[in-house]
Amino acid sequence: MVESLTINATPAARYVLRLADTCLIHAQRLAEWCGHGPVLEEDIALTNMALDLLGQSRALLTHAAALDGQGLDEDQLAFLRDEGQFFNLTLAEQPLRRSSAHAPGGDFADTVLRNFLLATWLKAVWQGLATSADLTLAAIAAKALKEARYHQQHAADWVVRLGDGTDESARRLRASLDSAWPYVSEFFTDDEVDNAAVATRLGPARGSLREAWLAEVGAVFADARLSVPKWSRYIATGTRGVHSEHMGFILAEMQSLQRRFPGGRW
Amino acid sequence: MTSLLTTRTERAWAVLAQVLDPEVPVLSVCELGIVREVVSTDLGTEVALTPTYSGCPATEVIADSVKQALDAAGLGPTRVTHRLAPAWTTDWISAEGRRKLREYGIAPPSGVGAVVGDAVPIRIVKREAPLACPRCDSRDTERLSAFGATACKALWRCRACREPFEHFKPI
Repeated sequence: MVESLTINATPAARYVLRLADTCLIHAQRLAEWCGHGPVLEEDIALTNMALDLLGQSRALLTHAAALDGQGLDEDQLAFLRDEGQFFNLTLAEQPLRRSSAHAPGGDFADTVLRNFLLATWLKAVWQGLATSADLTLAAIAAKALKEARYHQQHAADWVVRLGDGTDESARRLRASLDSAWPYVSEFFTDDEVDNAAVATRLGPARGSLREAWLAEVGAVFADARLSVPKWSRYIATGTRGVHSEHMGFILAEMQSLQRRFPGGRW
Repeated sequence: MTSLLTTRTERAWAVLAQVLDPEVPVLSVCELGIVREVVSTDLGTEVALTPTYSGCPATEVIADSVKQALDAAGLGPTRVTHRLAPAWTTDWISAEGRRKLREYGIAPPSGVGAVVGDAVPIRIVKREAPLACPRCDSRDTERLSAFGATACKALWRCRACREPFEHFKPI
């Protein structure tokens, strides 16, 4: 086993890691569908989106490593940090596929809805970062924006297809919304890292994205015969490094190879 | 000296025109529009490439082939760098590249200006106009899958000639 890393908690590195980790953990969950998609086209779509997100995360992790200034690389950041050093949105780490008969997850509607909520959020973030004073971050964002837009369109088509489909598909999409929604408040809750990002023109505060996000989500929900729920007063804390019970398991799987064979390469 | 530099850089471009994309092996990296800058001096060659998709696994393979081709042509040592800005767009695929894509059976991307702007519809279903089939030119086509065998392609089929075909997604 290799010793775990601790990153320097500068606000800039934190800000970039939140985004990098959200992309990485979302990609890891989507990749769990590989070979298990409900239809072949969707299997390919989910893994393609995972690949885009992984690519975005790699660029961001490399940049976060530079900001952190300890001479680390993307692989070390992905594979050698412990749970408390990951700063992703908590929704991204929730299970999507059922890993055992007793585990939660398993409904394709959960995947559809999460993809839509997160792609719409990421798109707003990338748009906000396009004018970042940090030119590397702006360049990563300009590229990622094109990919997020396509992911959002694909997910939105599915949200409408399920929501405006049969009674059963609509019921299951509503259930997915009920379980995902309490995690959404975290998407828009500012803290000192957001405030520092605004002050240094690094990027937008999360709270400033809410209106644009809600307009797009509301438009698609209207087509899908879904109503936008009231904001939950529960604020999840993944972006502060305090995660749900699922995070340790996903990291254990994602990191096992590098922990067992330090520096191992294909 | 100036003319010598020009000659080496021109030779480097000529070598790159023979380096093919591993995923779409009819397009050269130049036709794909990912070669952003080439500078060759008697000290070696520097090439700036831009990735097509953030996660495209071909990015590293392409960098290796570029390096190998230039080294083999005696223009090395070659240094390949990745340049993110401005972000690659399918508008950079050359006219010749588009013709080759169509001949290979891949519908080339339409202009990005037409689909990207402030008023991008959120849903694909509402957005996509039928493509021309690269085999029979019919517009009686439909999208089968928004994603395809590689990050850059979607899957379509033609109802006239009954053949499936790939579409290079405009981004």
